[in-house]
Order: sequence, then structure tokens, then C-alpha cells
Amino acid sequence: MSVDQTTVRRIARLARIAVTDEDVPHLQGELNAILAFVEQLGEVDVEGVEPMTSVTPMAMKKRQDGVTDGGYPDKIVRNAPATEDDFFLVPKVVE
Amino acid sequence: MNAPVNPKKLIKGATGDWEIVIGMEIHAQVTSEAKLFSGASTRFGAEPNSNVSLVDAAMPGMLPVINEECVRQAIRTGLGLKAQINLRSLFDRKNYFYPDLPQGYQISQYKDPIVGEGEVLVDVPDEGTINVRIERLHLEQDAGKSIHDLHPSMSFVDLNRSGVALMEIVSKPDLRSSEEAKAYVTKLRSILRYLGTCDGDMEKGSLRADVNVSVRRPGEPLGTRCEIKNVNSIRFIGQAIEYEARRQIGILEDGGKIDQETRLFDPGKGETRSMRSKEEAHDYRYFPDPDLLPLEFDQAYVDALAEGLPELPDAKKARFMSQYGLSPYDASVLIAERESADFYEAVAEGRDGKAAANWVINELFGRLNKEGRDIAASPVSAAQLGAIIDLIGENVISGKIAKDLFEIVWSEGGDPRAIVESRGMKQVTDTGAIEAAVDAVIAGNPDKVEQAKAKPTLLGWFVGQVMKQTGGKANPGAVNEMLKSKLGIE
Repeated sequence: MSVDQTTVRRIARLARIAVTDEDVPHLQGELNAILAFVEQLGEVDVEGVEPMTSVTPMAMKKRQDGVTDGGYPDKIVRNAPATEDDFFLVPKVVE
Repeated sequence: MNAPVNPKKLIKGATGDWEIVIGMEIHAQVTSEAKLFSGASTRFGAEPNSNVSLVDAAMPGMLPVINEECVRQAIRTGLGLKAQINLRSLFDRKNYFYPDLPQGYQISQYKDPIVGEGEVLVDVPDEGTINVRIERLHLEQDAGKSIHDLHPSMSFVDLNRSGVALMEIVSKPDLRSSEEAKAYVTKLRSILRYLGTCDGDMEKGSLRADVNVSVRRPGEPLGTRCEIKNVNSIRFIGQAIEYEARRQIGILEDGGKIDQETRLFDPGKGETRSMRSKEEAHDYRYFPDPDLLPLEFDQAYVDALAEGLPELPDAKKARFMSQYGLSPYDASVLIAERESADFYEAVAEGRDGKAAANWVINELFGRLNKEGRDIAASPVSAAQLGAIIDLIGENVISGKIAKDLFEIVWSEGGDPRAIVESRGMKQVTDTGAIEAAVDAVIAGNPDKVEQAKAKPTLLGWFVGQVMKQTGGKANPGAVNEMLKSKLGIE
């Protein structure tokens, strides 16, 4: 599997990463090298092997239903570049 | 999908008939105290960003821990939909960028949802019962909320809803009209409310629908569909489908083709419009969430939840019909809301079930609807309504007086039996008094008496006159009998 330049631009766009035209060929090369590396894994026969979800055999921990967090809007918005009345402010996004 | 085409459901186009095919994705907010993966509150209407934990705000290093109650509620809902419960399911990341999604992905379930195929029986007005198949139900996080009208160039973002648990309930494309779609959502909402797994409050956004609509010539394969996002009332669902089907038929009949796209319903204009441009077509790049292990539980856990389920609408309807002798229509009106059904049963307890149904549906519901109240805010309690019905049954008051009594209890409250006593509303059963009134009416209308001999239907007029004379308090049965014998009618 390998990617063409259009795919490189598309992936960048989906990830909201600004990529200049000069960067595209070089990124294409890097991505294809990674894909080639990953492709080697395809040589291993994994027929009948469950996908591994954890390195230690354990069950997922669950939480009781109770309010134990929240109530600090000032902290939540503290890092935001723009806020008002504890709302985040972002450039207008209307569909 | 391969059900026979119902000719009554077809839409007439300029070039022939069309069939609408509808599938729905319902997003139902899980009833729980805390969010799906954090300990922040789910309470509606809180101050901006006050129900937000550092997990919900996606601060670096924060990890999700699942809320057991949300899992329990999803399983219970699955059981209520007679669906397959998957003892092992997985959480995936659905990646997209939007300001109200701070993680940059939504934790959802993609290939292995917690609930698989099920079904919902839906009563469609003037049509009968249809079976709508459920494709799946999965758990996922809700996003935050953006407000666009507070500032000329900025959007305001509140993350209070971010991370609240949703159940996405996906139907198969089994619906064929806006009526069926509305009846399906109504039924689903009723099941969720019976289960207590979602409050079904569409105004607050607890229940929202994405509606997939396509059209085709009867018998042909499925057409290209458009998805109408986030419709938040049952009426709008109906309007959106009607508009969208007409729009698609218009395009196809003009020789065009339908682009698969996401559309929005504008309730003000009553139309749907395109929401996202093509180059932004979705590519969610799902992959398993490495922060979460598989969700696992055993069959014993599911069985215990099944054991504790309340009686659901279908079972209650069947029981109301057999136990109280109600018609399917009356039973379905009474069971639509659990509170109404409970109220009815309290009234019907130890009384005639049909009489109780008539009073609850015609008098009480009629009056509640008129004033826009729900059953919980009824000024007349089940005990009071029961007493009114008892008074009729004991021949203490006539049906007509009972309606006056209902009005008094509605506006003033009080014990119906005491009101009847203190205001002299008792039915006159004293034959002497009734006879006097009957004789007076007969003596005052010799011409009518003559006519009645040839035309027995005039009896009704005499009954009315006697009732008027007695202020409506004479027992109508007794008046009837006496008039018949005195007028020589039979």
C-alpha cells in the first residue's frame, strides 16, 4: 500500500494540519516508508488470533453513577484564548 | 425491505407512483446522574461549563472511566427492544473536528455495539400494526453546544453536554411514510420512558432523530438517500420527510440524480437544505479507542436486568384489553404514557373498566388537553374520579349531573360524595316526585301526547322535559319507564 500526493493533502486536511506544496513530496515519501514498514507485519499469520486490546488480562474498571466532578468553569476556560461568561469563544462556525 | 408495497402509501408523481423509504437513527440521552466517562453532572440548564470535568474538556492526560449505570441502561433498553445483547462490545474513536468536540473525536461503538438486532411493534393510525426492525443500539458521547447568535463574529461554546451518554438506536429502512415514521418515534419514546432509560424530552434535546429518506419506483432497488440531521420534534420529522420526498421526486422526474448528502430541516421555512459541501464529505477514520478495554459482562447480569424490567407498553395494552375489556384504541390511548396508565388503573380498581376508561379518556384527558396540562398536574385525583363513577353506579347521580360534579371537583376540589350531599345534586329516585313531574309534562302537552302514539321517538322529547323540570336530577331510567307506561308506548 502506498499513498499518492492527493491522499497526503487529504489526510493533512482531515487532521487540520497546514501542509505546504513543497512539503507534500517529502511527506509522501515518509508516509510510504512507514506504510512499507507496517506492511511487513502482514507476513505474520494471525489466523484465529483475537486482536489484543490490553497487555495485561484484566476487565475494564467501571465507575458508580454519581456526580464527583465539575463545578469549576473558571478552570475549564482558563487556557482559552477568548472567553466570555465562562463560555469558550471561537471564530464563528455556522453550517 | 421486501415487504409488499402498500398502494395507499405511494406518492403520486408527475410520471407515476413513488415509494418513500425511511430509516432512522434516534439519539436518546441516557438517564443517569453522571456522564458516560466522567463524574460530571448531566443536569440540564446549568451555568456554562459548570458540568464539565477535565476529562470532558479533553485536557491532556485525562482518561475515560465508564459509568456502570449507562451500561445498565443501554442493556435494559436493548431488552425492551427485544434485541440481541452483546456480552462483549468495543469502543471506537470517530474522528472529526468541530469546536464543541474538544477531544477531536467522539467515543462511540462502531463494529461491535452493545446491542444488536431487535424489533418494535408500531401502531400506525388508520393502518394497523407494523414491525420495525432495529439494526443496533450503541453507546456514545454527546458533543457540547455551540451558540451562534450572541456575537457577530464569534460562536460561544458550552461543554456541559459534552460527554453525556447517548444511545444511538438505528432502525432498518422499514418505514414507508411520514405517518409511520412519526408513529415509530412515538412508540420508541414511550418504551424508553416506561423503562426510565431516557426522559424523552425532545424540547431539551434528550431525544433527537436523524432521518434517512430515499424514494424509488415500487419494486425497484433502494434509491440514493439523504440524511436529515437532528430533527427535534415528532411533528418536524413528519414535515421534513414530506418535504424531502417531494424534493427528491422532483429531481428524479426532471431527469436528475440525488446526491447522497447531509441536510438540515428548517422548521421556519418547512424545508430541508444541504448542510455540508462535498469536499468535506465525512471520513471518520474509526479505530478502536486505546484508552478503553472491551466492555464485558455475563449473561447472569443481563438476566437479572431482564427480570427487573417493568411491564412495557405492548404487554400493558394486551392486559388492559383482556382484564378491563377495553377496545384496542382505548387501551393504546391509556398506555401511551406510563403515568396515564397508572392513573387509569387506580380509577379502574374495583370498578367497571370501560366506564373508568370513558371517564379518564373523554372527560379527564379531554379537559387536560384543553388546558395543556399533563396527567401529573391533574386537579382531579384518581380517588376523586373513582368516587364520581361510584356515585353514578350507585344511582346517586345521573350521568349528566356527574359531568357538572366533575367540573366542580376540577375547579374547587373536595370530596365528590360530600359535594353531592351538600349541594343537593342527588338523583331523584322517589317515584312520587318523578311521577308528579311526568304528569305535569303530560298534562301540559296534550298535542304531543297524541303525536307520540304514532311516533314513539318523541319519547326523547318527553324525557328531556321531565329532566328539565327536575333540574336534571331525576333518574333517567325511571323517567323512561314511567313515561312509556303512561303514554302507552312500547
